Amino acid sequence: MSHRTPAGRVHGLGSAQHGVDHWWGQRLTALALVPLVIWFCISLVGLVGADHATFTKWLSTPGRAVTMLLLILATFYHMKLGLQVVIEDYVHSRGWNITLLVLNSFACVLLGTASAFAVIKVALGG
Amino acid sequence: MAQVERPLSPHLQVYKPQLTSVLSILHRITGVGLGVGTLLLAWWLVSAAYGPDHFEVSQAFIASWFGRLLLFGFTYSLFYHLCNGIRHLFWDAGWGFELKAAYSSGWLVVIASIGLTVASWIAGYASGGAL
Repeated sequence: MSHRTPAGRVHGLGSAQHGVDHWWGQRLTALALVPLVIWFCISLVGLVGADHATFTKWLSTPGRAVTMLLLILATFYHMKLGLQVVIEDYVHSRGWNITLLVLNSFACVLLGTASAFAVIKVALGG
Repeated sequence: MAQVERPLSPHLQVYKPQLTSVLSILHRITGVGLGVGTLLLAWWLVSAAYGPDHFEVSQAFIASWFGRLLLFGFTYSLFYHLCNGIRHLFWDAGWGFELKAAYSSGWLVVIASIGLTVASWIAGYASGGAL
């Protein structure tokens, strides 16, 4: 039995004031990635040794392009959250901790944006 | 106040490795590895956006022995992280916490991740490419 008032529960975002956002985001993207990763692996097997024209043709259907974009979005968000926890757990020096957390965020957004743009460009025909 | 040297737990040097703890740290190691591997994924996609000449370069790198080695590690890490991630989701739902269940699901993850990796490479080679 909890002794907290309903208001206390609503406002209880914890000491970091982030609530369960990180935890929930990690699980939600994990769940989304289960079918997406299976689809991606099966697709990759079929694309083994494909040349540029075959790959471009494969990616240019809306269904595949959108699924690839969802995969990219979920992957890089999941990666940002996961690597953040690893840095928080193992890098104890304050300066390095902050530096790596910033670099992690930048790197995930950069790689995700570049990948997403590449998919859109290829899907729309080069 | 004097700094007290408190004992830290667990002492990994004297702690007998168990299936559960080994699989747990392997989840993190494969996670970090997959993070590094996304560099390859991003390069591959961006090279396709630059055109056939660039795509050929990244495809040739992936088809090289070093590229294949990286890809094999990436595939195994992906399937391991996927299988063990599903195990974690079941735990989050409150299932499988009993010691016996944790060991059974652990061995299942080991067998499934190896099986899926081998199966996907056999399928990859059978589907007939240069890779």
